[in-house]
Amino acid sequence: MLSKRIIPCLDVRDGKLTKGIKFKGNVDIGDPVEAAREYYEQGADEIVFYDITASSDKRDIMIDVVRRVAETIFIPFSVGGGIRNLEDMRKVILAGAEKVSVNSAAVNEPEIITQGAKAFGSQCIVLGMDVKKVDVSGKIPSGYEIVIHGGRKYTGIDALWWAKEAEKLGAGEICLNSIDADGTQTGYELTLTALISKNVHIPVIASGGAGKPQHLAEVLTKGRADAALIASMVHYRTYTIAEIKQYLNEHQIKTRILW
Amino acid sequence: MIAIINYNAGNITSVARALQNIGQEFVVTDNTKKLNAASHVIFPGVGAAGEAMAYLREKKLDIWLKTWLSTGKPLMGICLGTQIVLDYSEENDTNCIGLVTGSTKRFPYKLTSGSQTLKIPHMGWNSVTFRHSHPVFQDISPDAEFYFVHSYYPAPSDERAILGTTDYGMTFCSVLAKENLVAMQFHPEKSGRPGLQILRNFCAWRGNA
Repeated sequence: MLSKRIIPCLDVRDGKLTKGIKFKGNVDIGDPVEAAREYYEQGADEIVFYDITASSDKRDIMIDVVRRVAETIFIPFSVGGGIRNLEDMRKVILAGAEKVSVNSAAVNEPEIITQGAKAFGSQCIVLGMDVKKVDVSGKIPSGYEIVIHGGRKYTGIDALWWAKEAEKLGAGEICLNSIDADGTQTGYELTLTALISKNVHIPVIASGGAGKPQHLAEVLTKGRADAALIASMVHYRTYTIAEIKQYLNEHQIKTRILW
Repeated sequence: MIAIINYNAGNITSVARALQNIGQEFVVTDNTKKLNAASHVIFPGVGAAGEAMAYLREKKLDIWLKTWLSTGKPLMGICLGTQIVLDYSEENDTNCIGLVTGSTKRFPYKLTSGSQTLKIPHMGWNSVTFRHSHPVFQDISPDAEFYFVHSYYPAPSDERAILGTTDYGMTFCSVLAKENLVAMQFHPEKSGRPGLQILRNFCAWRGNA
């Protein structure tokens, strides 16, 4: 049976991790390639990179990072942040990423999903969704609204509608981030995750709120997620990926235990 | 020298990088002279069957693959490269190469496990149950998992061609083997250490030669 995937997320700016990542012996790693290697060796099933580089002239640094990561780890990884068009996608995929993730660009220009799926296959195109809980209204019947620009701008788009629409347009997977839960370490947004996951036919990666293994267990069962994104809980060495997987397997949630 | 068939089908660089990592020399080419000079051939692939077959026919690589198979030298199919060694694929209603009899089918639309409807594509890590041993899969633990991403699966008509199966709401053939051909639905180049081991084993395999 298919295993649930555990996916560490690394934020990169100007080719460096935005926060140091602590590994054995309290070694602080600021190099995304080394961090990827560590997580690969620790049993990550996939890795997500978010490029938060602000200036466009420094974007090619990320392409170099992608190339070096592809030479170092032999599991799938995706790259998001700053992907605006087909040419941006092509660069990242040619450099060695399996998948690209589009977020704001897809909201502004949904055709980018279709174009990407046509050029590289649906399995390459991940729709990143940042979502905030709002009052149920005629415009937002699910009570969850799509926000962009790091949660600062409300779009007036219903999250459930957008997820279904993105699937129709050709997205192969959805990375669903709850802005409300993000950074709290108090658990994923289970209601939102289950709502989206049961209404689309493509895999859903839950994101935002992971603080302990129990949170992953919840989102992978009640939340119906196919994969769980983690950040702080492993970056600060509160848990190792192996410990998380062991917990999940003890709770009858199948994960990959041999790597 | 290992040759990777270049046919504009995606994951070629990933396969190349994995071979680099295991210290194996290789060439990426669609030139049949260079392919003929190889000891082993890897036939990778990501993408759709229709386009892939059109390209292979244009380059006459479909015919070349049949000839290669008859030499007894090792041939490895990966993902789409596995699906199109069969006679036919339901994807884009495509006639394929026919190195193995049978067809490639789409997963049923209503695949379920317990009360949950399963997602298509089958994306992520899953295990393989092997029916018998094979040099390319020696030293691979039965607990090992491999990275899959596909909506279609190979269905050979001859049971004897099935080396391994995988469960995803149904049991499907995930590894094919016939004489000097071994072909897998998952991506060994993206399956961590067990995947690299399979590539290493393949490079050491003599096929029927």
